[in-house]
Amino acid sequence: MPEAVVVEASQLANLLAALQARKYRVIGPTVRDGAIIYDDLTTVSDLPVGWTDEQEAGEYRLRRRDDGAYFGYAVGPYAWKRFLHPSPFTLWRARRTPDGVIVELTDAEPSRFAFLGVRPCDLAAIGILDRVLRDGPYVDPSYRDRRDHVFIVTVQCANFSPSTCFCVSMGTGPRAENGFDLALTELLDPGSHRFLVEIGSERGAEILRELAHRPASASDWETATRLVHKTAARMGRQLEVRGLPEALLANLEHHRWDHVAARCLTCGNCTMVCPTCFCFSVEDRSDLTGSVIERVRTADVCFTTAFTYTAGKSLRQSARSRYRQWLTHKLATWVTQFGTFGCVGCGRCITWCPVGIDITEEAAAISGLTRKDERP
Amino acid sequence: MPRQRHRPKLAVWKFASCDGCQLTLLDCEDELLLMSELFEIAYFLEASSAVVRGPYDLSLVEGSITTPEEVERIHAIRRQSRILVAMGACATAGGIQAVRNFADVEDMKRVVYASPEYVRTLEHSLPASAYVPVDFELPGCPPSKAQVLEFLTAFLQGRRPSIPTHSVCIDCKRQGVVCVMVAEGIPCLGPVTRTGCDALCPRYRRGCYGCFGPMESPNTESLSAWFLVRSGLAPQQLVPLYRSFNAAAPAFVEASQRSADPIGVQQATESPWTQAVNERESANGEP
Ligand code: SF4
Ligand code: SF4
Ligand code: SF4
Ligand code: SF4
Ligand code: SF4
Repeated sequence: MPEAVVVEASQLANLLAALQARKYRVIGPTVRDGAIIYDDLTTVSDLPVGWTDEQEAGEYRLRRRDDGAYFGYAVGPYAWKRFLHPSPFTLWRARRTPDGVIVELTDAEPSRFAFLGVRPCDLAAIGILDRVLRDGPYVDPSYRDRRDHVFIVTVQCANFSPSTCFCVSMGTGPRAENGFDLALTELLDPGSHRFLVEIGSERGAEILRELAHRPASASDWETATRLVHKTAARMGRQLEVRGLPEALLANLEHHRWDHVAARCLTCGNCTMVCPTCFCFSVEDRSDLTGSVIERVRTADVCFTTAFTYTAGKSLRQSARSRYRQWLTHKLATWVTQFGTFGCVGCGRCITWCPVGIDITEEAAAISGLTRKDERP
Repeated sequence: MPRQRHRPKLAVWKFASCDGCQLTLLDCEDELLLMSELFEIAYFLEASSAVVRGPYDLSLVEGSITTPEEVERIHAIRRQSRILVAMGACATAGGIQAVRNFADVEDMKRVVYASPEYVRTLEHSLPASAYVPVDFELPGCPPSKAQVLEFLTAFLQGRRPSIPTHSVCIDCKRQGVVCVMVAEGIPCLGPVTRTGCDALCPRYRRGCYGCFGPMESPNTESLSAWFLVRSGLAPQQLVPLYRSFNAAAPAFVEASQRSADPIGVQQATESPWTQAVNERESANGEP
């Protein structure tokens, strides 16, 4: 077990203040427009205290809960890539002046973020983005400059029903072992609202010194472990991943692709909400006279025809070929390309698909593999 | 400034329409003066009564073709225009007035006009492309100022305009909107509608009305079935959903006819995936 302490729930304000004092732009969960999303936090009262969500394929509902839980919900529509890999994003701007063309860099001072409330699946997703955009042979400087500074406060998954989640199958949750600066588990006992805080870095330890805390007892650990086990036991979805890439690639002509293509709207919501989808397109925009030009990067998805527009034609015309690209990239070819799955089991694509297409259901039908997780 | 060259002659034409598209042009306030320097505005009655004879380098056409005279006029304009662009939902998809395409126009005339015998009209309200070749279409009711400017800029610079044809959803997500359909159960045409509005309606917590017409690969059959099974809409409520500003767009015509036709509705509710949704729900113990 990593080093851990216990803080009272009231210390959350001090945590926020300590991050703000270090000039972090703190992003965390907050209620907006009928969902719990990640946005700028100014005070603890911005957190979704007493709120939870109910999720099913194609359906999300914000609900009240009768305890004062700060983190009693599953993930919402927007992942952290929104801040680490923003879209649209101006890469540079050029101006025509009497003295020639002047090129300005537009990303001179990227924000220093502190992320409060990063779920284990999302932490794993950041790790996947790191491999793709920072640690591989092709480095994306705008990603690196944001990512290198980010302070991560993970919240282990407890006190909610993970109905579209399948992190247990993907091995990414509901508990994170490392990769964070601090990790909180919210303990909601009658008369005692506190957090078990695991320390993941020296930066984390330093912040923690500013909060009133006491050492974690065996019983604090026991409660935290029980809560996370309960989340794992209630996991709403599962996916057999052993042999999955091979089984999918061996079934590229399976009739189920036609079945799902008949339902799929090629709307792109699944990829837009996916915490690991990183695709973008780059476009030059100019004013009417062509004296100011901007090069802009926008999030792109493999569900558009423009995505494969090459030499006068889109290569993936049918919904079938586009859905197949998405599913096989997430669960098969990503492995060959980057050494991990491109899916962490967060369930966002299931919840936010307007017609409720479920990646676990499709993958199982196409691969012929099924799984029953042991219930702890 | 770029090197001086011949100023292209621009003409803006009106057919059966509300003038909203021309207003979008006039609404380009910051760029308007510049536009009048970069183009020779040869015909634009909404902005100026001065008229320069053709031929024209660029004709922007607003409005749908609804009368025999308009058919002749659109042909004449085509003959005089190097590039002809249909602008707005009427010129690209028949407009709201195309609801008459689904009824008997003689009946309608009698209901609306005191002396219907004076009204000379065609049976259908159709887009410009139904009569003449159209070089480019700028959809939308009204079209987006940004797309209109992008088109004009690309025209001046001799490059392809960058005007996407994908769903509204992608821009809805880029804007950080919480999906109204998933989070509130509000029926939304965004998944089958072409982008251009920056997801205006969902940003104000309303479902998309389909102002920009069908997107590049609209699966209205699947979305309609979801509306019936999950959003609790009745088939007759789907018909006006698709028969609005872009009533004559082929994909929306087909969608509205499918919902108007009892066999189409039955097929939708019996389709394999609708059954899959129902089965999953009963498995989850939901209604
Ligand atoms: S594929 Fe779906 S479940 Fe997997 S990480 Fe992406 S959004 Fe989450
Ligand atoms: S699934 Fe599609 S959008 Fe996502 S990373 Fe792969 S190609 Fe890109
Ligand atoms: S997928 Fe797992 S880690 Fe992610 S929110 Fe659900 S339970 Fe938590
Ligand atoms: S799977 Fe769902 S969210 Fe993804 S493109 Fe198809 S309909 Fe849209
Ligand atoms: S609100 Fe409408 S446009 Fe936006 S994502 Fe949802 S279905 Fe698409």
